[in-house]
Amino acid sequence: MVSPLGCGAEVSWQRILEGQSGARQVENFETDDLQTKIACQIPRGDGSDGTYNPDDWMAPKEQRKVDEFIVYAIAAADQALTDANWKPETEEDQNRSGVLIGSGIGGFQGIADTAILLKEKGPRRVSPFFIPGRLINLASGYVSIQHKLKGPNHSVVTACSTGAHAIGDAARLVALGDADVMVAGGTESPICRLGISGFNACRALSTGFNDQPEKASRPYDKDRDGFVMGEGAGVVVIEDYEHAKARGAKIYAEIVGYGLSGDAYHITAPSSDGDGGYRCMEAALKRAGMTMEDVDYINAHGTSTPLGDEIELGAVSRLAGEHAKGLTMSSTKSSVGHLLGAAGAVEAIFSVLAIRDGIAPPTINLDNPSVETDIDLVPNKAKKMEINVALSNSFGFGGTNASLVFKKVEA
Amino acid sequence: MSNVAEQVKKIVVEHLGVEADKVTEAASFIDDLGADSLDTVELVMAFEEAFGVEIPDDAAETIQTVGDAVKFIESKAS
Repeated sequence: MVSPLGCGAEVSWQRILEGQSGARQVENFETDDLQTKIACQIPRGDGSDGTYNPDDWMAPKEQRKVDEFIVYAIAAADQALTDANWKPETEEDQNRSGVLIGSGIGGFQGIADTAILLKEKGPRRVSPFFIPGRLINLASGYVSIQHKLKGPNHSVVTACSTGAHAIGDAARLVALGDADVMVAGGTESPICRLGISGFNACRALSTGFNDQPEKASRPYDKDRDGFVMGEGAGVVVIEDYEHAKARGAKIYAEIVGYGLSGDAYHITAPSSDGDGGYRCMEAALKRAGMTMEDVDYINAHGTSTPLGDEIELGAVSRLAGEHAKGLTMSSTKSSVGHLLGAAGAVEAIFSVLAIRDGIAPPTINLDNPSVETDIDLVPNKAKKMEINVALSNSFGFGGTNASLVFKKVEA
Repeated sequence: MSNVAEQVKKIVVEHLGVEADKVTEAASFIDDLGADSLDTVELVMAFEEAFGVEIPDDAAETIQTVGDAVKFIESKAS
């Protein structure tokens, strides 16, 4: 994982549990004329102390050819494969290992820069690497080339549900026997002038906390005013259970449920009754052979927008019924911001680590909830608790929804 | 080494990320310096930009080595 709280899943997770925020004022480009001047950016450095050094993951000469979302994906995939200790060397193992990494947007920065170059210098100056360095599925392409993963090579583009859809679809490919191992997740590098302008125009970003960036992402709080843009990548290794057991792999959790639905309502707004999210969670639980009563912890979509948070909370409450009192739900977007196409993937990882460590991460900045609820939203402080089953929600522009259900695997 | 040759060498080192002493006149971009077909397109673009010359596609195809590039650019400049 590469997140606004650090390079690596463990460092990001520890900082989330400490209640840290990854939001800062943007300093690497001009923000004077932008309504939003803050974002959750990856801490860059020499690679020590959880900083991200792109040179550790891709040669500088190669980095010039691609947008950052591809480098993030390469870094996250490398970490995941190392952690899983999966290095396919035989033809058979390589053919049975695939990649499914998506992105919501892909190479914004490169497209913007090249459009200006085209206007100023003409078509003969457009780089031969412009297309392959911008295409969303090239994250999967690069990772497959680097690790010789010759199984299914696929990608997902479903806005903010991308990461969750990628993991869910990859799990299905494994379950259906198309591969034994899938490297899956999402990646995003949207933080540039064009990205901020575009989301500002949709009225989606927080604009009122430019002087206090770490306070801006505040899901469920009455002062919330939009999401804080994040960047990074989350990648997991999904493996057939028997295959993993046979080679003695480290198993974090089992993917037991995956549900999908469409709102069929509006291009950017969720349907006000939360019907899409409701049916999506219902489908995931049905697939898992569970009901909401079996769920201990929910990692919410909870982006900190005025509209979305309460709609999701309402849908969860209706599905939970009486069990709402026993339910714990938090939004880690309060700490890392909204990683768009990578969000569902990093949040799936946080859900699995919550199961492993028996701790629900906090919703930071939740000082005054805007609605009353029986669900524990874990305000500001992480909560120790037994978690056997965790559900992770992702909802995206276009009315595209995905829910994943993870279950503890008894050792 | 001529001025053009030195500048060509510098561009090749920068774009292909290779050691300077490998960039000899006879070195082939693809066979000796690890370039692929897209790298060579980009190199030609970099030469055009640096020297203010136009290298048409049919001429670009004949530029296989560092020496070919130097020769072509010097012929255009003179």
